[in-house]
Amino acid sequence: MSQPVVKPGIAAGRLAPDRYRENFSDLHAPLDRHEALVEADRCYFCFDAPCMNACPTEIDIPLFIREISTGNPLGAAETIFEQNILGGMCARVCPTEELCEEACVREAAEGKPVRIGLLQRYATDAAMDANAQFFTRAPRTGRRIAVVGAGPAGLACAHGLAVHGHDVTIFDGRPKAGGLNEYGIASYKSPDGFAQAEIDYVTAIGGIAIELGQMLGRDFTLSDLEARFDAVFLGIGLSGVNALRAEGEEASGVEDAVDFIAELRQANDLSLLPIGQRVVVIGGGMTAIDAAIQAKLLGAEEVTICYRRGKGEMNASDWEQDLATSRGVVIRHWLAPLRVLTEDGRVSGIELEYTQLVDGRLQGMGHTTSIPADQIFKAIGQTLEPRHAEGLTLIGGRIEIDAEGRTSRPGIWAGGDCVATGDDLTVTAVAQGRDAAQSIHLALAARSAPARAQAGERIHG
Amino acid sequence: MADIRSNFVGIKSPNPFWLASAPPTDKAYNVERAFKAGWGGVVWKTLGEEGPPIVNVNGPRYGAIWGADRRLLGLNNIELITDRALQINLQEIKQVKLAWPDRALVVSIMVPCEEESWKAILPVVEETGADGIELNFGCPHGMSERGMGSAVGQVPEYIEMVTRWCKQYTRMPVIVKLTPNITDIRYPARAAHRGGADAVSLINTISSIVSVDLDSFSPEPSINGKGSHGGYCGPAVKPIALNMVAEIARDPETAGLPISGIGGITTWRDAAEFMALGAGNVQVCTAAMTYGFKIVEEMISGLSNWMDEKGHADLDAFAGRAVRNVTDWQYLDLNYIAKARIDQDLCISCGRCHIACEDTSHQAIMKEKDGKRHFEVMDDECVGCNLCVNVCPVEDCITMVPLEPGMLDERTGRIVEDRYANWTMHPNNPSTRPTPGDVSVVEPAE
Ligand SMILES: Cc1cc2nc3c(=O)[nH]c(=O)nc-3n(C[C@H](O)[C@H](O)[C@H](O)COP(=O)(O)OP(=O)(O)OC[C@H]3O[C@@H](n4cnc5c(N)ncnc54)[C@H](O)[C@@H]3O)c2cc1C
Ligand SMILES: Cc1cc2nc3c(=O)[nH]c(=O)nc-3n(C[C@H](O)[C@H](O)[C@H](O)COP(=O)(O)O)c2cc1C
Ligand code: SF4
Ligand code: SF4
Ligand code: SF4
Repeated sequence: MSQPVVKPGIAAGRLAPDRYRENFSDLHAPLDRHEALVEADRCYFCFDAPCMNACPTEIDIPLFIREISTGNPLGAAETIFEQNILGGMCARVCPTEELCEEACVREAAEGKPVRIGLLQRYATDAAMDANAQFFTRAPRTGRRIAVVGAGPAGLACAHGLAVHGHDVTIFDGRPKAGGLNEYGIASYKSPDGFAQAEIDYVTAIGGIAIELGQMLGRDFTLSDLEARFDAVFLGIGLSGVNALRAEGEEASGVEDAVDFIAELRQANDLSLLPIGQRVVVIGGGMTAIDAAIQAKLLGAEEVTICYRRGKGEMNASDWEQDLATSRGVVIRHWLAPLRVLTEDGRVSGIELEYTQLVDGRLQGMGHTTSIPADQIFKAIGQTLEPRHAEGLTLIGGRIEIDAEGRTSRPGIWAGGDCVATGDDLTVTAVAQGRDAAQSIHLALAARSAPARAQAGERIHG
Repeated sequence: MADIRSNFVGIKSPNPFWLASAPPTDKAYNVERAFKAGWGGVVWKTLGEEGPPIVNVNGPRYGAIWGADRRLLGLNNIELITDRALQINLQEIKQVKLAWPDRALVVSIMVPCEEESWKAILPVVEETGADGIELNFGCPHGMSERGMGSAVGQVPEYIEMVTRWCKQYTRMPVIVKLTPNITDIRYPARAAHRGGADAVSLINTISSIVSVDLDSFSPEPSINGKGSHGGYCGPAVKPIALNMVAEIARDPETAGLPISGIGGITTWRDAAEFMALGAGNVQVCTAAMTYGFKIVEEMISGLSNWMDEKGHADLDAFAGRAVRNVTDWQYLDLNYIAKARIDQDLCISCGRCHIACEDTSHQAIMKEKDGKRHFEVMDDECVGCNLCVNVCPVEDCITMVPLEPGMLDERTGRIVEDRYANWTMHPNNPSTRPTPGDVSVVEPAE
């Protein structure tokens, strides 16, 4: 293997050219047919299966695994897509160790759950490779729905509506569709342009138009949409970023982890992407882990995650944490950022204060430590930008919805990371988008005829 | 150390594990490897009469069914008897017997159902020094169409006749191998007994079609688009074989007739079960064809460890011990009442017991308690059928617990009686029912 290139500061091309492809390839190799059959045989076909109940989209896991084991992978894929049209992405990105696989009875039995995620990938890959489509569009209803945000929530909602024969227009402010599937998910979880391939697969049903570079709040307002469409779904995720609230935060070299990942995901040539020799990541969630691992994979020498609470409180699963440490990332707990240290306006390190819990509240302990760094990534959570939710009731800074996905404003539904009940998981976003589609469909069916069309109020004809 | 030496109709072997007449015993090369691996004896692959050898198909001759993880459960074959020249086989048999005097070497024979044919082959086999012969009346395919194999085995009179010829023309012990492709195994066994057989061996393979290719619509194994029924063997046939062995062992007419148990034997445990049901030794084919000869090591060590643990000094100590416990349904004790019990510490909450009982049995397993997923047997519904035990993926997690006399059976509301009572004594049995008009009829409990 070729030697790494030693470069101080923030610099590109830390690795020999051949290493990039290797570092950023698939984290888990897909199962081949034999492996899939052996694994499928392990499933007990449980009654009211705990795995299924742990899946936010309630995929009928025992059924699809049984279909795989009888040599019917397309039937398995259909079972998956019926519940979760983004079953392919979920198979790659779901923290299964905290969802279905944690609940698998073989986890209880012998600490080795059935590898549901990999089996799901096996089935969905088979269907996508064969371009097997399982849904046909109902006759056109003439109803038009605007979906804002082409992330998992928006795509799932759009697909559900298209199945019912409605016409959907998705607006997204970014130049590419997919939301965090395209811009956020770690590259080794979804390599080889899978996000875009999946969008093509999902939209093949027809009746879904995607308008990119169209930003709610900049190019149009919610009221515009209400006037032009029969219903609106918001799946706008969280585009704001929390501040560190540490002195010196504006120094050059302090960056948003999400932006760094987005840049990485969009880079054509990773050897041109600069990365610090010594990197500190502040945060304790999946974003912190992904930023740290990918910094390491780009050739950063020292990568340290600093989290202000303990290991158990980290949002990233044990499995994710172990993945990071196995890649050479150091995770330190009970440290809160105090001050960004700079030299000539550039980051030279970070000073952190030790913390502890006193009566359940996090407190600084007064003494500090500092870690030298060339680059600091903030991964301390994203926020909803309130201007995108004009006139909607928020809870804890996110949009309030009811069980069906209805916001406080009639005719407007929402789901995914932007809502109060979202839990920052792709699969939850899909479930909420799907359920909102059903609710919208029922609401539209309840109205006797396309009222707006009758009134001739439509802007698009 | 338990003594596992075997003496079957005077044929001695260091252990009761023989290889059945089949591909593993087709030639000196295999048989010597088997003896090196530790097999106690072999029944040489069936010989036919002098003349141009048999031909086999040149395409696939095996088909199979599998369980989880592609474990082979049942094997099916359309192979015939040996396709090697008689003289070569005889030479090899002689040479192997000389080299391995302590091992059992029995020769399987199948020739046409004519006295001359048997008269001709018996002396040449005897000349090899082989320990005995086995008459192959079992092969269900290929040979039966030629009036041999199971065509003979299905006609008790022929069995008796051929057995008698053999007893007449050779001093070697005669083992008659029975086909299971009949309705009642006792008839061919009785016929063999009447003919003077020293023993019977069973079962040979069961007529079967193992699968159909859904593209070509050919039965498998497929020979250029066509298939034929073959002989089924392996773990899947063990229950059928066990029953047939038991039927012969407990039939008053054949009781005491030595039996060589065959059919699906794969582990020491299978072997011990056959012997407990009356087999004097066992023969193995499919297990060796699946895993190779080495499995005999597990069989030897497993059997002797179990015998040590249970204090059985030699094979006779447990042989036939289960025979007296095989009875007819009508004599089973209807006052024996058992209930399923789930060990909550072992339960992994898969729910299979619940759905099996709920959908197909007696709705006796609850699926939740205090709003939580929880599986527990409701004694007032459980009929003790054992289905849940059989479907539970965790061994010993569900057990059947008998109710002691004096306890209440919550399902029937009756106290368990301390008295054996079977169907022949039951009030619902028409043949025990008092004549109409008798007012003191005891009403059935339910
Ligand atoms: C770095 C990172 C890694 C992650 N890794 C995982 C993982 O491994 N597994 C997992 O399950 N989850 C992971 N998540 C979380 C997961 O990506 C999100 O929960 C999921 O993408 C939410 O879907 P969404 O559709 O609600 O929002 P998003 O995916 O954020 O999509 C929102 C879309 O709306 C668009 N948009 C926003 N505002 C506007 C506007 N005003 N006008 C028009 N369009 C707008 C955006 O451009 C975007 O395309 C990760 C998140 C991050 C940040
Ligand atoms: C391929 C094959 C060929 C067989 N050939 C013979 C044979 O020539 N003579 C015979 O008596 N039995 C023959 N058998 C039957 C076996 O000896 C044995 O009775 C049967 O396979 C059941 O035992 P098992 O379940 O251990 O395989 C053959 C079995 C197989 C699989
Ligand atoms: S819990 Fe595990 S074993 Fe049970 S159905 Fe789900 S994957 Fe299969
Ligand atoms: S023994 Fe039969 S009736 Fe009783 S719980 Fe089990 S399956 Fe149900
Ligand atoms: S089948 Fe066995 S492991 Fe599964 S729920 Fe029932 S008792 Fe528990």
